[in-house]
Amino acid sequence: MDRSLPLARLFRLASSKAWATFFANPLSVLGLIIVLVILVLSVFAGVLTPYPEHVGPVGDFSAMNAPPDGAYWFGTDTMGRDLLTRIVYGYQLALIMAAVVLSIATPVGVVVGLVAGYKGGWVDYALMRITDIFLAVPPLVLAMAIMGFLQPTLMNGMLAITAMWWPWYARLVYNVTRAETQEGYVLAAETVGASTAHIVFREILPNCMPSIVTKMTLDVGFVILMASSLSFLGLGVQPPTPDLGSMVAEGAKYMPSSWWLTVWPAVAILVVVLGFNLLGDGLREAFEAEG
Amino acid sequence: MSEPILEFDNLGKTFEADGSRVVALDDVSLAFERRGCHAIVGESGSGKTTLANLVLGLIRPTGGGIRFNGVPLPGERGIEHRRAIQLVQQNPLSALNPRRSVGASVRLPLDVHGIGTSSERPARVAALLEEVGLEAAHARRSPRGLSGGQRQRVAIARALACEPELIVLDEPTSALDVLVQARVLQLLEHLRRERGLTYLFITHDLAVVRAVATTVSVFQRGRLVESGGVEEIFAAPRNDYTRQLIGAVPVVTEAEARLRETIRAGAPPTPGAG
Repeated sequence: MDRSLPLARLFRLASSKAWATFFANPLSVLGLIIVLVILVLSVFAGVLTPYPEHVGPVGDFSAMNAPPDGAYWFGTDTMGRDLLTRIVYGYQLALIMAAVVLSIATPVGVVVGLVAGYKGGWVDYALMRITDIFLAVPPLVLAMAIMGFLQPTLMNGMLAITAMWWPWYARLVYNVTRAETQEGYVLAAETVGASTAHIVFREILPNCMPSIVTKMTLDVGFVILMASSLSFLGLGVQPPTPDLGSMVAEGAKYMPSSWWLTVWPAVAILVVVLGFNLLGDGLREAFEAEG
Repeated sequence: MSEPILEFDNLGKTFEADGSRVVALDDVSLAFERRGCHAIVGESGSGKTTLANLVLGLIRPTGGGIRFNGVPLPGERGIEHRRAIQLVQQNPLSALNPRRSVGASVRLPLDVHGIGTSSERPARVAALLEEVGLEAAHARRSPRGLSGGQRQRVAIARALACEPELIVLDEPTSALDVLVQARVLQLLEHLRRERGLTYLFITHDLAVVRAVATTVSVFQRGRLVESGGVEEIFAAPRNDYTRQLIGAVPVVTEAEARLRETIRAGAPPTPGAG
């Protein structure tokens, strides 16, 4: 049996037509470039940033709240820390958060969606009603509630976001599974005597992968946005850890005179969310062309 | 007459939903001989598909029962029955998983039923593909790149991988064009002879029935209206409904007669055909 991971199989069986479609759209390519640049910056932040020591609580006291110039391209904050450096580290943290949230939320949602969609009956009913309950709660409010009775730490922030993220995957995968279950290959696997685990994970799941990969890509941007919103409100990442949302909140106090404190982190959030959205849309288009 | 492979004893199936009752099959008793090609004909809604689903054990009868090799179905040896009764579906586009290779689809039954050791299985897959007129190299291909006829051959290979005794053919050629249809029917006829298979051939196409079937059972609104050898029924239908059905089929042309001869000859499959 083909033992490779569904993801690897997805890319092997994805036709060259899908890739051609992707690269034919300049916006998709722009998204890919933005994402790659941010990934490289985050991974090699220690080498690529001019002042990696500015990640901590203090920076250069001789250049506090300095506007952008040759030495500090994006200016410095009220502690004399280089904003460019802190934004790159903010990206690093944002990507780690998105990776942790999605690597928990996606498998949970996918398994719930697959089982409910394939099994049907009361299993479907029970699982999807639980999912609906989560979906009915406004996400930011749920996160704030969780953060309210737990400590506002990074860990709890991720927990809160994860708790409200998995139901979207359950819904998505449920809908795809419902449609795929009607396909003849599922009936064929059943008549051959394959186990439910085989049918769900090896027959149906690979056909859900395009939708899942697309949604995950789009969601990296949205998770970063959500995490930034929480830290903007003072929940989540605590100082001195560089975080894009906290930086916007902190800088807002000094608007408009020290505009760089707010504008650069805000633009940074905009760029990363835009990049992942363009990439996600491009992938969706490519998978649709593949049919 | 040897023991029939499949018997229906007063078989019935009634679907009930929201207070309404639909009698899909009503008191059907039939016996099917081993190694035959038994056609089940009727219009849509006549109960053909319900019959197929009952034989495959996908649904349970609400009256009477089915015996397979004399053993009531579905029995305790469920997985054994699963292996021995296989299905070839109508739509070859949907019957193969687009994201699994042809080889993975054909290999699945070998893994499920532990047929051969796992190192022997790739060779078995290759042999099965060759048996249905494809090439061993097709195993690595995605079904996306295959024609309708080739996909149907893969589906047949997958069914054969189970080493079945009975294959339910659910309109196996109705989605194919005429020339490919003839080649697939020829292949099925060849396999039936070589492997001693029994077919339950569900169709609404009486021209196909006349070409390949040994017996025919005619269904109308869930009832068996007529059953017997294909020659007798076509020569002298006793039932009005059967007469109507046969009357709706064009008369046998010379071309059709020749086609029938080639199919009946059951020549081995030619590689790469259809």
